[in-house]
Amino acid sequence: MILESLDIGRSAFEQGTGWQLKPEGACKGEVCIPLPSPPGDEVHVESLAAAMGLPLVKAGEQALWALGPEHVSGHALTTADAPDLCLPDLNGNPFHLSSLRGRKVLLYAWAPY
Amino acid sequence: MWQALRDALSPKGFELVTIGLDTLGAQGCRAFMEAAAPTHPALIDSHHVVADLFGITNIPQSVWINEQGRIVRPAEAAPAPPDIPRGQPPAMSGELPQRFIEIFTEASKITQDAVGYHAALRDWVDNGDSSRYALSATEVIARSRPRNADVALGHAHFELACELERRGRHDAAIAHFREAHRLVPDSWTFRRQAWSLEPVGDSALARFWQGPAPDRPADWPYAGDWLTDIRREGPENYYDTWRP
Repeated sequence: MILESLDIGRSAFEQGTGWQLKPEGACKGEVCIPLPSPPGDEVHVESLAAAMGLPLVKAGEQALWALGPEHVSGHALTTADAPDLCLPDLNGNPFHLSSLRGRKVLLYAWAPY
Repeated sequence: MWQALRDALSPKGFELVTIGLDTLGAQGCRAFMEAAAPTHPALIDSHHVVADLFGITNIPQSVWINEQGRIVRPAEAAPAPPDIPRGQPPAMSGELPQRFIEIFTEASKITQDAVGYHAALRDWVDNGDSSRYALSATEVIARSRPRNADVALGHAHFELACELERRGRHDAAIAHFREAHRLVPDSWTFRRQAWSLEPVGDSALARFWQGPAPDRPADWPYAGDWLTDIRREGPENYYDTWRP
C-alpha cells in the first residue's frame, strides 16, 4: 500500500491492507492480531504496522511510504478467503474480484516483458 | 489460447480474469491486450499487488477461486493448454541478436506439466470442491509461497520502486528494486519487471532484452539478468514442479 501520510482513515487502511480493524484486533479471515489499543476512525500507520509486523519503507526524504504485506502465517496467504482484489481494466475502470461470486475463477498473471 | 479455453468452460460457470503485471500500466499492456481482444475481465496491476495478496512470483501463474470466494489452489505455474500450438517467438526484421537466440534456447528447456495442469483444471470445473484438485484451506495456505519478515520487507521495497518509477524517479526506483531482489531472491517477476525498465534498442523486443546493453555493459544496475540467472538456477527450475 502506497502512503503519502502515516495518519490515515481507518477504512483506507482496511481497503489498502485487506485487514479489518475490530475490537479484538486486526483481522483477516480467521486470523486476528491483537492490538495495544482499540482502533479509532483515524489510525497511525507506523504504530499499527509495528503491532502487526507489517514492513514500512520510506522513499528517502520524501513523504512517501510503502506498507508491505503480512507474514504472520509464514506464507503468502494468511487465509484461504480470497481478498477483494480491485484493479483497473485497460480503460481505467475498477473491477472487483468479488463481483464474480457464484462462478469459479481462474486468476491468470502475465506480463508484457 | 486462454480465451478459447475460457469460452469453452464459461457455460459451466467458469470465468478467467487476466492480470497484466506492469509498472508501466496500460501503456505497457495495451498492445498485447488489444491484440488478445478479451471477452473476460482483463486487468492491469501496476504495483504487483497480486504478489502481496497471492504470492505470485513468476508469470504465467494462476490462482483458482471457488464460487464462495475461497482460494482452492494457490499461485502455481499455469502452462498454456497442451492441445493448442505454442506461439512462435515474435518476428523481427533483420537478423535476430545473439542474445535472443540464447534466450530462446534457454526458454525452450523450461519444463511444464501442461497435460496434468489442464486435466486438473477441467476436473475442477466439472466437479467443484469435490474435485481432488481443489485443496483444503489449510493446504492452500501451506502451499502458498513461504514468507518471512525479509520477504515481506522486500515486497514493500518493490511496491515503493514501482511508485517511484511511475512518478518518473527511475534512479530512485532502482535502489528499491535492488533491495527487493536481494530480499525476495525467488521472485522472477520482481527481477523481470525491473530489468524490463532498462530496454535495449527500440524494437518490439527491447523490454525482453533483460540484461546489459552490449555497448555499455557497465551501466547495468542489477546484480543479475535473465540469461545469467536462468543458467545459474537451471531452466528446469524456472517453474516449480506441478503438484496434483
